[in-house]
Amino acid sequence: MNLLALDPLLSGDIDLTIVLIVLLKAGIAFTFLLISVMLMVWFERKLISDMQNRIGPDVAGPWGILQTLADGIKLFFKEDLIPDRADRFVFKLAPYLSLVPAFLVFAVVPIGGDFRNDAGGVVTWFGHQTLLQVADPPVGILFFLAMSSIAVYGVMLAGWASGSKYPLLGAVRASAQMISYEAALGLAMATVFLMSGTLSTNGIVADQATWNWNAVTTGVVPFIIFLLAGTAELNRPPFDLVEAEQELVGGFHTEYSSLRFALFFLAEFMNVITMSAIAVTLFLGGPNGPILIESVAWLWPPLWFFAKVAVFLFTFVWLRATLPRFRYDQLMDLGWKMLIPAALGWFLLIAALNVGGDRGWPTWAVVGTGMVVGVLGYLALTGAIRKATLDRSGQDFEGVN
Amino acid sequence: MGYFQGFAVTFKKLWEKRVTVPYPEQKRDKPARLHGRHVLSRYEDGMEKCIGCELCAGVCPANCIYVRGADNPPDHPVSPGERYGFVYEINYLRCIHCDLCVEACPTQAITETKLFEFSFTNRTDAVYTKDELLVDADTGQPQHLPWEDWRPGEDEDTSGWMRATSPSGSAEHTGLVAWAGELGYGIRAPEDGQRSEKEN
Repeated sequence: MNLLALDPLLSGDIDLTIVLIVLLKAGIAFTFLLISVMLMVWFERKLISDMQNRIGPDVAGPWGILQTLADGIKLFFKEDLIPDRADRFVFKLAPYLSLVPAFLVFAVVPIGGDFRNDAGGVVTWFGHQTLLQVADPPVGILFFLAMSSIAVYGVMLAGWASGSKYPLLGAVRASAQMISYEAALGLAMATVFLMSGTLSTNGIVADQATWNWNAVTTGVVPFIIFLLAGTAELNRPPFDLVEAEQELVGGFHTEYSSLRFALFFLAEFMNVITMSAIAVTLFLGGPNGPILIESVAWLWPPLWFFAKVAVFLFTFVWLRATLPRFRYDQLMDLGWKMLIPAALGWFLLIAALNVGGDRGWPTWAVVGTGMVVGVLGYLALTGAIRKATLDRSGQDFEGVN
Repeated sequence: MGYFQGFAVTFKKLWEKRVTVPYPEQKRDKPARLHGRHVLSRYEDGMEKCIGCELCAGVCPANCIYVRGADNPPDHPVSPGERYGFVYEINYLRCIHCDLCVEACPTQAITETKLFEFSFTNRTDAVYTKDELLVDADTGQPQHLPWEDWRPGEDEDTSGWMRATSPSGSAEHTGLVAWAGELGYGIRAPEDGQRSEKEN
């Protein structure tokens, strides 16, 4: 199968115009992402200060909107330090390992296009039909999982290559946290694949064109699991143990300064935006939404997309302003003992419902069996946890759990 | 649902009044008894109040005051008493503005204004000499040095809090104006004493 075949732009002969269109799309995505990171950093600082009765940055530009630019310029001119005991090559490589995946993920997100009446999100640019996303590979959303796994390497190698204890601790925490929550994240996403029957982001969005958003059709639970696991995957509060300032100074990027630190910072906020974009794509219908004014119909899908993403961005900042950080064992408990079993159980239920629909089994029987199996599974899990706790304590009395 | 009350709290904050004051443009009112930069006061006839007793230097926990007293020249007395402050220096890189020197001073010669926004750029400027600390002989106003950011009202009530304490060690004298006017503002009304209304 052709890796690029899903985009109608690339299905025929490829001439210079098409290459230019692809370059233009890549350029637009790149610029858009950089600008939105700039605005996101400003938005987060402004909003969190609003939530703390403060004013926040208000000097650089109107409402301080250029504050990120000023910070970036400042970081650019700072001295770049590399610790004596650092592994110099890996130390320099690590920031790019977290930045590049953050950039690449956005390539598979459809940010616009008309999905009404099975139009498939196709727009016409310069006489060529194309999709409003940089690439639509058939592996689609798996690409996102792959990239977020690579980003773990950026964090892990940064911590290890620093040759210093706090970054190492932060990096170990980070990789443990990101790997364990990736399981729950992937299982929550798998229910979406079951509902949509495709991995392609374009296909998933097209499948939700008639208000049947996956957040509802998969039964809300995977959506909530995705949000929790996504927040943990982003290392954002309340799951920001990676950078727990009170314990680990700055976590994995403690030893980084100047532009290299800026790259981590950029990657972190870019991940917030791409994670929101992925959540919108998977669960909230992507750019789907009512076209209110027909004469500018092309404008509405991107507007809906940005509005939905903005809701997520607001929520991430809201979480940070509200919740205290988890303890490490609570984090692992939540991930392994709640989110993964819940996501797995829900995935099996959706799968059973799908198979039952194909075979003509009655829904009540499937749901009933599912509930029985779920209760049995829950009892088995809690029993196993209880037994393990007792074994570990080696005492008659119960341990912490 | 206790988990979600916190979200309501942070969300409500969005519409609350901000507590931050954008500092250089707007400034909060200073408390009446703020401890700022010192002044060496004069009596209304222009005589210096300082008698060079070095009690301020002795009590200073930061060791930032250096005083040397000298006998008054008989033909041109600087202070009304026998001695006067010949050298008087305060190092503002050390001063913690605790106001113990003001409490120790037997003649209320050293008091603190409300000026705290003075940023010098070298150590010589940080050490205030007697010439810089003394108020102007004619107006009684403190000197405005080039690196100091004086605002209206910062030289008022410089020793207001002193009125609440007993000037001569006896609570009976509390609130009695026993001192000359200061910083050109004349004699101020005494504050309430240490006793409550009932006791009086």
